[in-house]
Amino acid sequence: MDPIVLKSLLSDVVQLTGEHLVLAGLSWLIAAVIGVGLGILGTRRRALREISVVVANVLQTIPSVALFGFLLPVPLIGGIGRHTAILCLVLYSLLPILRNTIVGIQSVDAPLREAAVAMGMTDGQLLRLVELPLAAPTILAGLRIALVTNIGTAVIAAIIGGGGLGVLIFRGVASVDTIQILAGAIPAAAMALLADAAMTLLEKRLRVQ
Amino acid sequence: MSYRVANRQILDQISFEVERGETLVLLGRSGSGKTTALRLINRLLDPSSGTIFVDGQDVAQLDPISLRRRTGYVIQEFGLLPHWTVEQNVALVPRLLGWPEEKRKERARELLDQVGLGEMAERPPRQLSGGQRQRVGVARALAAEPGLLLFDEPFGALDPVTRHEMQQQFLRLQERYRVAAVFVTHDLLEALRIGTRIAVLDAGKMECLVPRDEFMQVDKPVTRSFIETIRV
Repeated sequence: MDPIVLKSLLSDVVQLTGEHLVLAGLSWLIAAVIGVGLGILGTRRRALREISVVVANVLQTIPSVALFGFLLPVPLIGGIGRHTAILCLVLYSLLPILRNTIVGIQSVDAPLREAAVAMGMTDGQLLRLVELPLAAPTILAGLRIALVTNIGTAVIAAIIGGGGLGVLIFRGVASVDTIQILAGAIPAAAMALLADAAMTLLEKRLRVQ
Repeated sequence: MSYRVANRQILDQISFEVERGETLVLLGRSGSGKTTALRLINRLLDPSSGTIFVDGQDVAQLDPISLRRRTGYVIQEFGLLPHWTVEQNVALVPRLLGWPEEKRKERARELLDQVGLGEMAERPPRQLSGGQRQRVGVARALAAEPGLLLFDEPFGALDPVTRHEMQQQFLRLQERYRVAAVFVTHDLLEALRIGTRIAVLDAGKMECLVPRDEFMQVDKPVTRSFIETIRV
């Protein structure tokens, strides 16, 4: 390959990898705050739990390409660009986080919870001292799934002008250029594997405690 | 100091008092309402009618959280927090009460020594046997120096020998700390060993409430059928 083309491709890869990281990471953080928060509230209020899980479920069933498409014509929150892409990714990664938070907290032994209440814990103490520590591995597993999926799904952001490694992949597909496709796909895959390994390590650490 | 319970439906107008240093046993079959009676005392449940007094105060007027913190509660072994050490478990209520760390550590050590588990302090509960866990549960209930202790069939899951040891230890601890204890069980031998007085509950009604020594002379159907259980 021509060294000048290679150099420009490499600098593209570096820049787009950075964009990709921001897309996937930022949307994941937002989804984590909303998902864990809503999940905790959901374990306190049955109606909220049911509604939020149904909504997150429905969002999850929409094919990711379609979800990006749906938001294009929506005023204010939609349109072309990175913010729409981030919004899509937030909606898309909400379900595993929300569901695992709820399942994790609900699977704390009922007698244990009852004993904690009988000892005089307030609801906040029950959450902080008992439920969250015991649910932590499950919640983290949800966060891990969301992050890894997010890194993959963020590729599609390119079709609505959101940037990221998808730019290379779609460009490569359009020009039947395998090297461009790989230049986008390999860093994305590496990022996903790395994220998975890091989160798994964190989960293990918490489980040992 | 007196504790009185009176309630309807699941419990039909039952009433009793317990003094400090005394152990009242609530004896009954499954579903007789004995656990319900216990849970009314620390407001895990609220009575549909009637009043319960702890230290002369109507519990309905008390904050349930602070009431529970000064009422010891012992259940079967499940109640220990698996992610905390034995010592942290014992120091739970003092921690909720905001005792300084030194003081609650010292108290936890003292109680663990009392129940013969001093060397287990740093272990997680899962490394302990059933009997040991149950002793941790008793130590935890005593940690914040409560005047009233509630026992909900605490020794039910233990083998007979361990159970007997636990009962002996219960008597020693009661001798030392002299709390008002309400003890729920379906085992008459246990009731006779540890109870100062014994009440028999059946279908939410109290059939009798007598000092231990008079129990074997009671001539009422459910009480008699309990006495039958220990005839050979």
